[in-house]
This record gives sequence, C-alpha cells and structure tokens, in this order.
Amino acid sequence: MYTLPSKLKLFAIIFMVVGALGMLAGFLSVPSTTAEVKEMMAAHDDGHGGGHDASYSDHNGDHTAKDGHGIDQNAISSPEAHDSKNTHGEDAHGDEEAHLTHVLHQLQNRPWSALYVASFFFFMIALGTLAFYAIQHAAQAGWSPVLFRVMEGITAYLPWASVIIIILLLLSVFHVNHIFHWMDGELLNPESPKYDKLIAGKSSWLNPTWFIIRAVIYLLGFNLYRHFSRKWTLNQDDAEDNRWFKKNFKLAAGFLVFFIYTESMMSWDWIMSFDPHWFSTLFGWYVFAGMMVCAITVIALVTIVLKSQGYLEFVNDSHIHDLAKFMFGFSIFWTYLWFSQFMLIWYANIPEEVTYFVTRIEDYNLPFFGMVAMNFIFPVLLLMNSDYKRINWFVVMTGIVILLGHYIDVFNMVMPATVGTSWFIGLPEIGAMLFFFGLFVLVVFTALTKAPLLAKRNPFIKESKHFHY
Amino acid sequence: MAKHIHAIYSDDDILMQAVKQVRAERYHIEEVYTPFPVHGLDKVMGLAPTRIAICSFLYGLVGLSVAITMMNFIMIEDWPQDIGGKPSFSYIENMPAFVPIMFELTVFFAAHLMVITFYMRSKLWPFKKAENPDVRTTDDHFLMAIDAGHHDVDKLSQFLYDTGALEISLIENDDDH
Repeated sequence: MYTLPSKLKLFAIIFMVVGALGMLAGFLSVPSTTAEVKEMMAAHDDGHGGGHDASYSDHNGDHTAKDGHGIDQNAISSPEAHDSKNTHGEDAHGDEEAHLTHVLHQLQNRPWSALYVASFFFFMIALGTLAFYAIQHAAQAGWSPVLFRVMEGITAYLPWASVIIIILLLLSVFHVNHIFHWMDGELLNPESPKYDKLIAGKSSWLNPTWFIIRAVIYLLGFNLYRHFSRKWTLNQDDAEDNRWFKKNFKLAAGFLVFFIYTESMMSWDWIMSFDPHWFSTLFGWYVFAGMMVCAITVIALVTIVLKSQGYLEFVNDSHIHDLAKFMFGFSIFWTYLWFSQFMLIWYANIPEEVTYFVTRIEDYNLPFFGMVAMNFIFPVLLLMNSDYKRINWFVVMTGIVILLGHYIDVFNMVMPATVGTSWFIGLPEIGAMLFFFGLFVLVVFTALTKAPLLAKRNPFIKESKHFHY
Repeated sequence: MAKHIHAIYSDDDILMQAVKQVRAERYHIEEVYTPFPVHGLDKVMGLAPTRIAICSFLYGLVGLSVAITMMNFIMIEDWPQDIGGKPSFSYIENMPAFVPIMFELTVFFAAHLMVITFYMRSKLWPFKKAENPDVRTTDDHFLMAIDAGHHDVDKLSQFLYDTGALEISLIENDDDH
C-alpha cells in the first residue's frame, strides 16, 4: 500500500494556494472600462519597453494592408470581429474607442481563458490516460498490468476535472464570461447589427442547451467507464475466476467506440468552437494525439516517482522503455497531424480556413513554432536512442518539455480566439496551471493510497512482472 | 590446418544452455548456425551490439540534407518561378510544400543505405557461395562450431556431449572461406 507523504500533500496544497492567488490577482486586475484599458496600456508601455503596444500598432498596420487586398483576415476569426468590422471598413484605426473596447473584451477574457486552458489541460491528461488504459485492456497487453493501478490513480482526477469543466461551461452559457463567442444570442438575431449568418447557420449544433446536454453525455460516459472499470479490477483482485476481467475487457472495447466519437465531438465543442467560423476535419484526431502524448508522459512520470520511492517492485526499466516508446511514437503522431492540418490549409490558402493560422503565425509566432520544437524536435532527438529510453532522468526531462509544449498547444488553440493579441503568459496563466497542478497531484496521489499498487489476479500480471524487452 | 568441433543440437533452449556452459569453460565459439533467430543468443554469446541503427540515423541525415539542398537549388536559387502563388523567395517561406519530400528522402536514404550496409557487413550478395556446414541447420538443427586448436579433443567432445549435443564431429579444413 502506498501512503501519501505529508510533504507531498503540503507541496500540492502550497501549489494550489499560490495558484489560486495568482488567478485571483488575474481576475482582480481585469479592467472594467475602456478608460482603464487606456491607462493600463500606457503603464504597460513604460514597464515592458513597449513590446505589447508595438504589436498593437503592427496589428493595425496589418489590417490596413489587408483591407487593401480585400481580405480582412483578423476580423474574420477574432470574436469581436463583428463589432469592429464596420470600423475596419470605414477607417481602420481612426476610431480609438472601438479599438479600446476590442482590447477590453480581450483582457476580460484573459483570466477566464487561462483558467479554461489549464483545466482542460489536466482534464485531457486524465481522459487520455483513461483511453490508454482502455486500450491496454482491450488489447490484452502483457506488459502494462503492473502499471494499471498507476493509470487508475491518474484517472481518479477525471471526476474532479469533469465537474470543473462543466462548471466553466455553465458559466459561459449563463454569460458570466464571454470566451465562447457563439453563445452571444445577438448573433442569431437577423435584426441585430451583430447578426452573423455563419454562426446562425451552425446554431442547430452550437446552441447552449444542446451544448450542455452533449457535454453531460460525454462526461457521464467517460466517468461511468472509469467508475466501473476501477470497481471491476478491484473485484478481480478478490475473485475466484476471471469473470471481472472478461467484463472489463468488454467494457473497455465498448468504451473505446464511445470514446472515439465523443472525443471528436468534444474537441469540436470545447476547442474548435472558440473559432466558430473555422473548421477542420482532423481536429478531433489532433486533440486526441496531444491528449495521448500528455497522458503517457504523465503515466511515465508518476511511475518513475513511485518507483524511485520504492513502491513499484515489479516495474523495471523495460516498462519505462515501453512508455518512452509510446511518448516518442505519439509525439511523432501528434506532429504528423499538426503538420497535416497546417500544411493542407497553408497550401490551399482558402481565406475562410487560413485565417486560423494567419492569426497564430502573426500574433503567436513564438508559441506556435516553439511548441513544434518542444513537442517534436526535442522528444525525437532525445528519445530516439534505445538506451536513453531506459534512463529515468532522460524520460523525466523529455516528459517535462513535452508537457509544457502541449500546454502551449492548448494555449494556442484557445487564446487566439478569446484574447487575440492581448496574450501573455503571466499571473493568470501560470496561477491557473499551478492551481490545477496542485489539485491534480493531490487527487492522483491520494487515489493511489486507496488500493494496493499491484493488481493481484489479473491474468496477465505474471507476464507483466517478468516483462523484459 | 584448423581444427573445429561441430556440435549439433536439436533444441534452442538446450543450445542456449550449452553456449553458456561452453563460454564458462572458456572454449572459443567460432560460430553458431540456427534455422531461426534465437532470442538472447547474441547476449549469451557475448556478441557486441549492432551499430546499424546509428548508421541508419546518419544516412537519414544525409537524405534530409540531399532533399534540402536539391529543392533549395531547384525551387529557390536556380529558377524561382511563381507557381500558383507559392512564395519562392526563400526556402523557409515555401518549406511546408517541401516537407513531404524531405520526409520521404530521409526515410529512403535511411532504409536503403542501412539495408545495403547490412548486406555488405554480413557479406551477402547474389551468387554468393552458401557457408552452410550442415544442411539440417536451415531446417530444425542447431550447430555450434568450436575452435579445437589447442584443446584436448576427447575431453572437449565429452564436455559437449554432456551439454546435450546429439552429434559431435571433428572438422579439419584449410579455412577456405
């Protein structure tokens, strides 16, 4: 049995408190009027050498340049596009008030988006682990049963993450925040100046009621699988026959079918709908690939931590090697999907699709390309060597870079649509990450104390104990 | 004249055990012939790990360089045409279009040069004379060839018999291959 070290508990709680303070500071520093925005921008200019302000003027410069070509790309994808569209046509940056309102909305979205990105990031680690766990059951893998309890510990975060996500989505639906642009009812009203024909056309899918119903279906499905799978593996420990194992096998196969549909729809709903004018067919797979990389990395990291504390007697470096191979393989798979999505859109350059990448390359250049280096080049070069995959500190180092890289990936998917050019990785973003990291560690390691760390009567446990590659 | 002892086994587990015993007695195993890969045989024989993966990585880098140099010269430097509005001003600007070729050439070089390296290092080519001491080793027998040069042949034979060898024969030849 694993006992939660009191130091770890304290460590997690400190992270949560510091993170919560950071988030609180983020929410408190949000301006409520355009006058405050003006003041902030002036102060910001002094503080940071005008880097941010310069980007605003670049931004405006771009607008005029593009107006000249007849394509107003930024206006199409940014959420406030429709307020500002009129001003773009007449005088691109003459109307300072409209610009300030635009920035105000972005700044008001920022702490909410930071919260959303961090909570989704940890949610997807738990969900990806659950999917990986189901794959191991359905594939009857012989190497992984010694890691099942570690995976179950990580998926224990899923119910927590689900509740947090559903609360955040409900807050958006009830207009407490405005990170989902399409939830603005005015957009569907043909009489309104904000009327958006494209979003109105999608309203049979993107409407708040159906959106919440879908979210509940996804989360209920994920959590039910997690609940019963965990229960049945524990039953198998005390069983006389393999009945629970067989039930778990069937459940895993069924869950994987459910998962691949709902995961795809979930990524349209919770990520792609931030850019409601944009669509991509492989988006669900792309989110899935990122999810799997993070999940496997976290499984490897938790395993290494527990092993180093002497808890996982039967885990050897071959198990770590296998996990590292999965990290390596799924990093490449993620890159393959990232590039396939990017290259097809870049190549065809259809204005309605390409705005997505135009905003990201212009306004998020470093995070956008930096994440490719972190999520592809770094793991490929470090984990290519077979010997390195067995060295714990190599796996840990690569794992940390991969996790940071995928945080930036989620950041890049959400932020350009909600905060646009007003992005920064500062207090609200880091605070939210620290808070959820603390919560994740606390929940996961508490769950690990609830059951022995080795499944007893799994039919493959003996093979797994002697697994050697 | 070199003297070898050929010991034939019919089971790979017994062979593995025999290899361990023979090495423990410090006899020199010249070669082991098996009809299929026996897992872990290289480890118990103490063979050095292969470096072919390192070769392959380097070949891959060569392939990547070839692809980049070729396309940079053709598409950017030699004749930078406007083809469908693609930006041929610099390599990086048009890079996404080149990635499929960069990828494929990397794989092509890594794979083919690695296979050729393997053939050369293992001395395999068409019309090569087969080096098979006993035809049964391609079907269901395992043969261990031991250098008998400075050892007492009778003692060695008895020792091999005890390790489970079915047939033991003394071969004297002129090392013609």
